[in-house]
Amino acid sequence: MSVETWTYIIVSITFAVYIYIGYWARVRDTQGFYVAGRGVHPIANGAATAADWMSAASFISMAGLISTLGYDGAVYLMGWTGGYVLLALLLAPYLRKFGKYTVPDFVGDRYYSQTARLIAAIAAIFISFVYVAGQVRGVGIVFSRFVGVDIATGVIIGVAVVGFFAIIGGMKGVTYTQVAQYVVLIIAYAIPAFAISSVLTGNPIPQMGFTFSDLMPKLNQIHQDLGFAAYTASTKPMIDVFCITMALMVGTAGLPHIIVRFYTVPNVKDARISAGWALLFIALLYTTAPALASFARYNLIQTLNGKSLEEVRAIPWVAKWEKTRLLQFTDKDGDGRITFAPGRAFNLKSGRPDFTSPNPASRNEVYFDNDIIVLSTPEVAGLAPWIIALVAAGGLAAAMSTASGLLLVVSSSVAHDIYYRLINPGASEAQRLLVGRVMIGVAVVIAAYFGVNPPGFVAQVVAFAFGLAASSFFPIIVLGIFDKRMNSQGAIAGMLTGLIFTTVMILLMKSDVLFGQAAPALPNWFGISAEGIGTVGMVLNFVVAWVVSRATAAPPETVQHMVEDLRIPRGAGAASAHD
Amino acid sequence: MDKSKAAAYWKANLNLIVSLLAIWALVSYVFGILLAPALNGIRLGGLPLGFWFAQQGSIYVFVILIFVYAARMQRVDEQFNVHE
Repeated sequence: MSVETWTYIIVSITFAVYIYIGYWARVRDTQGFYVAGRGVHPIANGAATAADWMSAASFISMAGLISTLGYDGAVYLMGWTGGYVLLALLLAPYLRKFGKYTVPDFVGDRYYSQTARLIAAIAAIFISFVYVAGQVRGVGIVFSRFVGVDIATGVIIGVAVVGFFAIIGGMKGVTYTQVAQYVVLIIAYAIPAFAISSVLTGNPIPQMGFTFSDLMPKLNQIHQDLGFAAYTASTKPMIDVFCITMALMVGTAGLPHIIVRFYTVPNVKDARISAGWALLFIALLYTTAPALASFARYNLIQTLNGKSLEEVRAIPWVAKWEKTRLLQFTDKDGDGRITFAPGRAFNLKSGRPDFTSPNPASRNEVYFDNDIIVLSTPEVAGLAPWIIALVAAGGLAAAMSTASGLLLVVSSSVAHDIYYRLINPGASEAQRLLVGRVMIGVAVVIAAYFGVNPPGFVAQVVAFAFGLAASSFFPIIVLGIFDKRMNSQGAIAGMLTGLIFTTVMILLMKSDVLFGQAAPALPNWFGISAEGIGTVGMVLNFVVAWVVSRATAAPPETVQHMVEDLRIPRGAGAASAHD
Repeated sequence: MDKSKAAAYWKANLNLIVSLLAIWALVSYVFGILLAPALNGIRLGGLPLGFWFAQQGSIYVFVILIFVYAARMQRVDEQFNVHE
């Protein structure tokens, strides 16, 4: 059977499973809808968190990105895993003890302020929408690459399935489909990685092949011969590597769709251990990705460099990906052979390579899209068509699981934090549930619109999501737990300082892509790029919050008692008997 | 729970958090970034050691840290009789 037939079969089966789970997990009350009834086993929550976290970008693009960046790819590897340590030690157990539904719930109650609640709700909605647009687009791209339907149709099929289980199942439906999606995505990632590791290093375990073979010394040698920096050496300023890693770690710990997952487990002990399971499940993919990245880089250069065009086009995967334009060649020196070299093979036109215009400034004759590193692995390793189909199902699982978690945050921020807590506190349980379901529907439609008509700067604004989460939520939640004296004036001042500083800096540093200027208004800030600037915003938030809180009155007695109570694990079950 | 016992429990928790976060920062920011160029002179298998910490080792340590925290805190909770 062809890859396409297999893809139809496997994708249909997985979608049927997700829809069935959504139906099985349907909910009838707000506790089920927002926090899955707080009955999720810590291991199940770990798997759901891992799927929630690992997006289309983690699954399809990250290994390719690392492959191009070499050592500097470590900012993503450490940044997107180290945040779980902060989450487990500084946030998750206490938020679980607090035991409400959302992150703005905590901010509003702890800082006894509807203003703080509103700022937090708006930040949560903005962060989640920025993020979800890319996910929905990812669903469409996977569909178009594997099934051959156009991106818009793919987007609509994907959001229809996500909308179905999120609307009827709420957090409970999302949680258990995410568990299934984790299983699909990790198997789909692991099989090709095992196969290619065996082929290139003789060791089937990618982490072992990566560490204990002579592949890396050979790759470094090749890099040197071709004029690249060594794969294992950094090319960014150290301060920037440091700040990007920190912003991604802190941003991860501050992302609302991740934090709310820890409201769903039965008690504080389970919240702690569940973060460990989540990171273990994430680490399976995140320690495989850098191995895959170096294998693919080695293989790509070995297969292409110095070969004639006819020779490489006879290789089936080269021909296939050249047709999709994810891989393109040019012959600048007219020798009929391919040269791998630093720099762009083609000039850029509005951010994309223009294949009619080779870039004379570089000797490089190969363009490849980062995504083919993961997408082509099964073919490079000579695996069966059904495994290629499985990779498609894995990419879809990664994109859909993240999208569903984000849509739920958007829905709960509007329906719970803004509608129920701010506008209509007298709303009945049935009204609240209805508004929650309707909001998911609305969010799905908006996300689908952005998926079909993506703003050109989606990839650029992801820096926003992490920068804003790092500079807004993380400091004030940590201070709310660890600093009993922190008051609403301090928190609001800190949150606004962090948000405004980070937003302005990112706008200045990305003004070329956002506003079409020839060069960014500010290339960097003391060597720190837009991706890392959230770290500075976070520090400012901490400092301003602390100074302002010390200059103003202490928080009310009841709030200080609430903080004391947060710190004691016992009684989390009782706390879940929620208003 | 009386005030002094609550304070002692919180102090035990903070001490544990500070020591685990020190390890967290050591393997990632120190070994993986600040000292990576120096550590790269040492090899682990085929990989320079600083690079290994940045792309492999730090992640393994992160996973261990969370499980250690969960296990140690469970013991502290029981000792102070605040567990569930």
